[in-house]
Amino acid sequence: MNKVVNNADDAVRDISDGAVLMLGGFGLCGIPENCIQALVKKGVKGLTCISNNAGVDDFGIGLMLKSRQVKKMISSYVGENAEFERQLLNGELEVELIPQGTLATRCMAAGYGMPAIFTPAGVGTEVAQGKEIRNFNGKDYLMEYAFDADFAIIKAWKGDTQGNLVFKATARNFNPLMAMAGKITIAEVEELLPAGALDPNEIHTPGIYVHRIFQGSAYEKRIEQLTIRKAHQ
Amino acid sequence: MALSKEQIAQRIARELKDGYYVNLGIGIPTLVANYIPEGVHVVLQSENGLLGMGPFPFEGEEDPDLINAGKQTITTVQGSSFFDSAMSFGMIRAGKVDLTVLGAMEVSEKGDIANWKIPGKMVKGMGGAMDLVASAKNIIVAMMHTNPKGESKLLPACHLPLTGVGCVKKVVTDLGVLAITEGGFKLLERAPGVSVQEIQSKTAGKLIVEGAVPEMVY
Repeated sequence: MNKVVNNADDAVRDISDGAVLMLGGFGLCGIPENCIQALVKKGVKGLTCISNNAGVDDFGIGLMLKSRQVKKMISSYVGENAEFERQLLNGELEVELIPQGTLATRCMAAGYGMPAIFTPAGVGTEVAQGKEIRNFNGKDYLMEYAFDADFAIIKAWKGDTQGNLVFKATARNFNPLMAMAGKITIAEVEELLPAGALDPNEIHTPGIYVHRIFQGSAYEKRIEQLTIRKAHQ
Repeated sequence: MALSKEQIAQRIARELKDGYYVNLGIGIPTLVANYIPEGVHVVLQSENGLLGMGPFPFEGEEDPDLINAGKQTITTVQGSSFFDSAMSFGMIRAGKVDLTVLGAMEVSEKGDIANWKIPGKMVKGMGGAMDLVASAKNIIVAMMHTNPKGESKLLPACHLPLTGVGCVKKVVTDLGVLAITEGGFKLLERAPGVSVQEIQSKTAGKLIVEGAVPEMVY
């Protein structure tokens, strides 16, 4: 069993036009920077991207939007991207907006082998249109299907050659959920360690979910909203 | 005098009870964290995967891997924990979060809320708002009583696309504190110096006034 690949280009080698991808991250926090760059370089087109956000104009998924590789975004919030807005208003891009908890739980369901979930989020709103509603204990719930993605592309802090992963702080977000949900899961990590170097008690994602792993490089980790307090406060 | 945004936040902070787990939305709700009463210990939840959100970092101590749901750099406090987004919304859905404070564009007398979409404008998405309003045990809305055009934001029914139905329990505005009851908006408190008549004239939904309405303390 060898899950270790050389680099991002190698990891995304068989992603082809029209693929359905999950991409981890919340805003620009915990995004698979190396794989996104490799996908831009590869020039693969017509992608459906399931990701909480759509990056910013010149970073994250925004880079793939700029090079017109994305056919459809499935996200909960797509605020900070002018090119996104332009493509959307021109009808060049399809967007499905779904509640953030629904997005997370549809990933989770796929990873847990469950075909659907029931959630109250969106009941009585336009999100509920055309969806099955079931009443449990007097409360209405929408049935939402598990996602079906060809590839999950995620970013972890540390990983080992078995594919075990550890995430850092709020860069965890959607990453472990998507890791469990992809038919093929690609993990880029800041530090790749030999098997045995990570404490089994502290693994967030067991290696069974990870098919390819590599140590990424040159992480920019851009901060979207730098907020600080003054020293005297 | 109508309240400032800071004073609205200050008044909402008085709703916090010791031991509460609290989710604060973006805007006025975020300011509530600055006015937590002395002796009251609450744990702030950030739905991108943190319990125990601390203040903004000092310059140079910011960590790009540590942000809140508004994508701002933050810190942790002693006893913080991190988790994934499904667990985060799981604890919200399961009713573990005691209080959610949100902003809104409109609230109806039945407790419906609209805060995510304006037809004709670029729609950015609902983020976690629909999950929060559908599940939180106790939702307080923090908002101005009227919109910039002077129109009431407390309505018989929302005009804008809904975020959630029948979920808001209380509204704190620059003019008063109102509870959502079966009959409509019940005026509990008014801002210092603001008359019941003024609140009545700026509330399009049904307003219930019982006896003398006390002035707010914040």
